[in-house]
Amino acid sequence: MTLISLLNRMPGDVAIGIIWGIMALGVYLTFRILNFADLTVDGSFATGGAVAVVLITTGVPVPVAMAAAFCAGLLAGLCTGLLHTLLGIPDILSGILSQLALYSINIFILGGANKPIGVGKYNLCVSMLQVAPSIVVAALVAVAIIAIMYWYFGTEQGSAIRATGNNPAMSRAQGINIGLMKVIALALSNGIVALAGSMMAQFNGFTDVGMGRGAIVIGLAAVIIGEVVCHALFRKHNGFILRLTFVVVGGIIYYMAMGFISWLRVPTDGLKLFTALIVAVFLAVPYLKDKANSSFRKAGRRGENQ
Amino acid sequence: MIEVKNIHKTFNPGTINEKRALNGVNLTLEDGDFVTVIGGNGAGKSTLLNAIAGVWPVDEGGIFIDGVNVTGLSEFRRAKYLGRVFQDPMTGTAADMQIDENLALAARRGKPRLWGWGITASERENYREMLKELDLGLEERLTAKVGLLSGGQRQALTLLMATIQKPKMLLLDEHTAALDPKTAAKVLATTDKLVAEHNLTTMMVTHNMRDAIAHGNRLIMMDEGRIILDIRGEEKKRLTIEDLLHKFEEVSGSEFTNDQAILSK
Ligand SMILES: Nc1ncnc2c1ncn2[C@@H]1O[C@H](COP(=O)(O)OP(=O)(O)OP(=O)(O)O)[C@@H](O)[C@H]1O
Ligand SMILES: [Mg+2]
Repeated sequence: MTLISLLNRMPGDVAIGIIWGIMALGVYLTFRILNFADLTVDGSFATGGAVAVVLITTGVPVPVAMAAAFCAGLLAGLCTGLLHTLLGIPDILSGILSQLALYSINIFILGGANKPIGVGKYNLCVSMLQVAPSIVVAALVAVAIIAIMYWYFGTEQGSAIRATGNNPAMSRAQGINIGLMKVIALALSNGIVALAGSMMAQFNGFTDVGMGRGAIVIGLAAVIIGEVVCHALFRKHNGFILRLTFVVVGGIIYYMAMGFISWLRVPTDGLKLFTALIVAVFLAVPYLKDKANSSFRKAGRRGENQ
Repeated sequence: MIEVKNIHKTFNPGTINEKRALNGVNLTLEDGDFVTVIGGNGAGKSTLLNAIAGVWPVDEGGIFIDGVNVTGLSEFRRAKYLGRVFQDPMTGTAADMQIDENLALAARRGKPRLWGWGITASERENYREMLKELDLGLEERLTAKVGLLSGGQRQALTLLMATIQKPKMLLLDEHTAALDPKTAAKVLATTDKLVAEHNLTTMMVTHNMRDAIAHGNRLIMMDEGRIILDIRGEEKKRLTIEDLLHKFEEVSGSEFTNDQAILSK
């Protein structure tokens, strides 16, 4: 438990943090833009890893394997979207159903519960054996996705998705097919999540069906930490591109905090507990702050002093 | 021309909450007709407007816009023909989006929304001019979030959004009811101006008889899911509140009780 060992693990934590940050961009799309709590991501993150590892180990070029992972994520999101819009299943439940189904599908894809890539044999895009270049590549992928999202949500279709998330009644009155917009957004979101999953599998050198467990909470943690930090640094001047950037920054901060906690020799099994606590705290702080500013108890006390 | 032919709507059929909300409504509006709609609570005014807008399918009857049968079109498909403003100022706009973005969304009503820019610089200039006409100072706040606007400002903006692309019909459901009298008057004046400017076929629901008489060229009164009175032209111009109350008693065969007194003077 020396300081050196903490410093040593930092670059690797940054790389993993960026990958979680990319996943969190997908979560941001549904959670913040579409206003849809999508739990599919726990499954689609692992799907991305499974598809990429299986393809890479059969000799498919890495970029093609990653594109395939993205497409697998699109399909997963599509299923959730159709469960919700065509069959009328509530949002959280349709995500849970997809997530459960994906667990079996992922085992089927992998032919087992986990699978190594075979380090050194392939030209991986990120790998923990080469941390510095991995950070650069992961950061470039993040920048590309942020740029594409920035463009897309400025288009007519992207604006329609934002309107759908903001006010469905108004959107319908303006001729927006809100069911279609939800399906598109869910598909894109899970595509991004699966792409991140394919990167995580490459970085770790193996994949596991349990890889995505808690991904939604990690994504929320990144989104919320990013928002709090962005607000603290820039106050009101937080444009869309800055907010997206800080989602990734949130992912990095989150994972470095996790790294610090495990450096403190907290057993790894306890990490999920800490994640849940962190998210609970960050979700609660804005609410409690707001309440502290306008509380009945204080108003009552002011009333008594009249 | 808008034709509403013998439409019926029953909510919760076969349950104890069964409610016949529309009971054979027939109505034909010529282009440029501005109809005010009055009637007591639960008379079916909102239900009629919602039937035209396609919020749910009607049980019976048909709705034709310029000869096109829209009865089978869902709400968002029908939207290209219709401009709508609601009673609740929150309903008509996207609060977390900017003023100009809301206008741009409305300008694309009924068009395919693909990957063209959601808003362009030249559009923005147009919007600035249009907002200037509203005279609410909104032209200075083009990039402000709509959630920061007052109810009256939001209703004026929603009106502009409803008419930015000339609709075949403008549906206004008590769109000034949530506003203070002064703001309501201003929004009504804006309504008159926009309707006249674009020669819009309009239906406006109101509980204010004075407004119902002062605006538009035609007035209908509803009761129990039916149109019980339809006054137009010269007769409408000469109409007084006392006339209306008389006519109501005549047609419905009942006293004008407290129940209907919600039709305020
Ligand atoms: N979605 C719905 N489900 C069930 N009942 C409904 C629904 N919409 C309207 N109703 C019922 O239909 C009847 C007509 O309602 P409507 O809203 O059209 O009245 P209104 O004339 O607009 O009255 P108000 O002046 O109060 O707005 C009422 O009895 C109402 O309870
Ligand atoms: Mg009503």
